[in-house]
Amino acid sequence: MKIVESSTMGHDRKGATRRALLYGGLAGLGAALIKIEPAAATPETMQRAIRQVVGEAPIRRGKVALDVPALVENGNSVALTIEVASPMTERDYVKAIHVFNEKNPLPNVISAHLGPRAGRAKISTRFRLADTQTIVAIAELSDGTFWSASADVIVTLQACLENLD
Amino acid sequence: MARALINVPPKAKRGEVIEIKTLISHIMETGFRRDNVGKPIPRNIITQFTCTYNGEEVFRADLYPAIAANPFITFSTVATESGTIAFEWTGDNGFHETGAAKITVE
Amino acid sequence: MACAGAAAWARRASHFAHAAGAVARLAHPALLLFSLCLPTLATDIPPEQRRSGYADLGPDTKAMEDDDTANPAMLWVLDGETLWSTKTGTASKSCADCHGDAAQSMKGVAARYPAFDAKENRPVDLEARINLERRDKQKAPPLPFESHDLLALTAYISNQSRGLAVAPPDDPRLAPFIAQGRTLFETRQGQINMSCAQCHDDNWGKKLAGNIVPQGQPTGYPIYRLEWQSLGSLQRRLRNCIIGMRAEPYQYGSPEYVVLETFLMRRAAGLKIETPGVRP
Repeated sequence: MKIVESSTMGHDRKGATRRALLYGGLAGLGAALIKIEPAAATPETMQRAIRQVVGEAPIRRGKVALDVPALVENGNSVALTIEVASPMTERDYVKAIHVFNEKNPLPNVISAHLGPRAGRAKISTRFRLADTQTIVAIAELSDGTFWSASADVIVTLQACLENLD
Repeated sequence: MARALINVPPKAKRGEVIEIKTLISHIMETGFRRDNVGKPIPRNIITQFTCTYNGEEVFRADLYPAIAANPFITFSTVATESGTIAFEWTGDNGFHETGAAKITVE
Repeated sequence: MACAGAAAWARRASHFAHAAGAVARLAHPALLLFSLCLPTLATDIPPEQRRSGYADLGPDTKAMEDDDTANPAMLWVLDGETLWSTKTGTASKSCADCHGDAAQSMKGVAARYPAFDAKENRPVDLEARINLERRDKQKAPPLPFESHDLLALTAYISNQSRGLAVAPPDDPRLAPFIAQGRTLFETRQGQINMSCAQCHDDNWGKKLAGNIVPQGQPTGYPIYRLEWQSLGSLQRRLRNCIIGMRAEPYQYGSPEYVVLETFLMRRAAGLKIETPGVRP
């Protein structure tokens, strides 16, 4: 999947290996709240895909920590870890974690279904990014609420390739 | 042919939260690439991954073409009792793989 | 970055038959500027400064290489282990039949390859050695380059040297081939008209389009390259380099690759083998 436009090559970036680690809305943890300005126009398909999962429910920011490199080594395989703050008891647990992106051909990345037996609401995987873009993680809790976090990721093209097309 | 790499701790204390790592051999062809004469290469991905603990589902993931080749998924589960932690991958073109690991819980 | 005027150290223009016309796409403007302004030095990296590309990886990719259950390359290593004990060819022999336990017999082999083969009268790399053994001992047809089985066997055998220092053999017969490899490494090529040395000897550690320029030390081959999403050989990676310079790559198995590998392993002397490595 190589649809990296040449415009990404000269892209202005903030610190090559800094991680986009976001914690929002958790009082007393002392974690820095990093403000991310939303992208100029969040593509419709990602919003629609999110609505398909969430329905009409409001999506709150917080509880979700999205760990992804700010500048990836290769868009073909990007490490992703998501952890949701939750006691993971029978009465209060994370039902699912959904990940979306805005510039790949399809908006969905993965949907993980957990439950109280998970013990910890934390998953890791590797995914593909076609271009520099924003990704969004949404956690669905047992009480029916939805919480989200997002991260901006920069993707560049490798210098030494197999093919030139 | 080695199909999967599975990492499950062989022993755990009752109630301990353990981390499980899985990696399955699969090309995860997105369906959006074209071959060198421009013909689209059909989609061929794993669509679902399930983990059961002594037969009961404890984790399930729906995968999309954005998941990188040789899908790597790590997740947690509570070590409740000794037994078998089993894994199942299903996908396009009738893809079906299974794996399992034994765990001793004291 | 000192600009042109260092013509005194000018490298020879490539006289090997590279058909630059085969490739139409022009280089990124930044690379062209880069190639015009580089001073040309011919200095090897001193041993204490040598470092594997592993050192330049992000933490997630390092973690991928460090964990055998998270490194997809281990799928090939496991297959290589199976192939090692599988009888093949009209002689119906397995590698194990002659070489026993690979953990013993293959320990140190990858660290001292490519090695000189008296019958072939030239150095051979591990892939060629495997196919020579198949031809001569197992009476089996050669495994094609980059085929699953050849990669699996190479990965399995090289993995037996993991942790050992690269120890190129002190064999005077290798000298002319090492010299040829060095010449290839230091000669400009392709439409970009740069040599390997200009980036990997003179500018390693600096950034090129967001990526750190490595020294190009082949300590982890065959590697799982994120770009390929698959395991691949050093020859495949060198072909990518050559295409990166917008030059025509040599055919798989060409002697140019083997002399380059022979030179590169001498250049990497002292670094630890990491096979199977993970690289971007």
